[in-house]
Amino acid sequence: MAGFNKIVGSYSEAMAGLEDGMTIIAGGFGLCGIPENLISEIKRKGCRDLTIVSNNCGVDGFGLGILLEDKQIKKMVSSYVGENKLFEQQLLAGELEVELTPQGTLAEKMRAGGAGIPAFYTATGYGTPIGEGKEVREFNGRNYILEEAITGDFAIVKAWKADCYGNLVFRHTAQNFNPMAATAGKITVVEVEEIVELGALDPAHIHTPGIYVDRLILGSFEKRIEQRTVRSA
Amino acid sequence: MALTREQLAQRVARELQDGYYVNLGIGIPTLVANYVPKGIEVMLQSENGLLGMGPFPTEDEIDADMINAGKQTVTAAKGASIFSSAESFAMIRGGHVDLTVLGAFEVDVAGNIASWMIPGKLIKGMGGAMDLVAGADNIIVTMTHASKHGESKLLTKCSLPLTGAGCIKKVVTDLAYIEIADNKFWLKERAPGVSVDDIIRLTEGELVVPDVVPEMTF
Repeated sequence: MAGFNKIVGSYSEAMAGLEDGMTIIAGGFGLCGIPENLISEIKRKGCRDLTIVSNNCGVDGFGLGILLEDKQIKKMVSSYVGENKLFEQQLLAGELEVELTPQGTLAEKMRAGGAGIPAFYTATGYGTPIGEGKEVREFNGRNYILEEAITGDFAIVKAWKADCYGNLVFRHTAQNFNPMAATAGKITVVEVEEIVELGALDPAHIHTPGIYVDRLILGSFEKRIEQRTVRSA
Repeated sequence: MALTREQLAQRVARELQDGYYVNLGIGIPTLVANYVPKGIEVMLQSENGLLGMGPFPTEDEIDADMINAGKQTVTAAKGASIFSSAESFAMIRGGHVDLTVLGAFEVDVAGNIASWMIPGKLIKGMGGAMDLVAGADNIIVTMTHASKHGESKLLTKCSLPLTGAGCIKKVVTDLAYIEIADNKFWLKERAPGVSVDDIIRLTEGELVVPDVVPEMTF
């Protein structure tokens, strides 16, 4: 690698160093903005006992759902996992563990992890099963629970455009968890639709600065739609 | 007659005010968007990172990168903004959203809400619901007043695991509009043709009934 150039030439290079038992933070919401080829590479590598931190777990046969097929996932940290039959089977069979985490808390855990903040107080989940066993502290007459930050051995991210330094721009609501995931990996791997010339991105319009990005790869994407909803023209 | 889903949405829509930023949950709350009163502007927030949600796209406009929190394809309205999940929940948790409308299994007189988990059944997750109820000051719960078996969903104490504690002040059911204060339900309006006695019978928690209970009109 030369200087700040983060581009790698293959998916196997992009995910080099991933081992059994590691924690991976993944961007995406539903099937929108998911690093679909990096997920396929994890399946190809066959690493097991993975902890995956992602808002959802894909669907049967696509996205993170494909990592369930060979039982590569030990634990999911997610806010909603309702779209997936295989997930349900493995959960009921005790082959898979799930840590349900409120969506905003999950986003903040990633953000805090990437920002060097080990924990934070939030009112979300106080008085519910999510708050059980967690430290409670009162601020200005209201109760908050202490939630710990998350970091990953790897973060896998999908962006729209990048320059070779790894400066990233996301497209529409495919942004979602990706910017936080990008900050929270020891090794952050990003796949993009387009790599543009250095200087082509307006510095003020970059969503994720390249300092967070370790490896960058150009991909092509299926972008499957989960709920195709239209109005008549 | 109990309210239809559409009428329930219409009744909730009357709580909208000009300039409100609003988060609508999945199901009946989503229908509220169809009944925004004429002459006012509201902006819909979708917690996956969109403020200013527009209508569903036409076939030509469909874009896999443009979805709402229900994972449906949507469009962005003029003046919309798009941002990360952390930014989205900063808005929600920080109390910047003026009104949140969501469904529930149960609410109780203490303003507790249970909406995400039925023990013994498969648990899919809370999504953003816990953040939404913790962050909003102004929340409207929409649900049927009682289960199909006639069991009240307005209780002295929620029986299911909570989504949030002490956060609900307004409930619109298919039978009534009810407010919650001082550990009591306060009956404010009834659905057209629904008797106060029916509402009392189907409300397990303590219900304060005024002398006159206005009937909703549509």
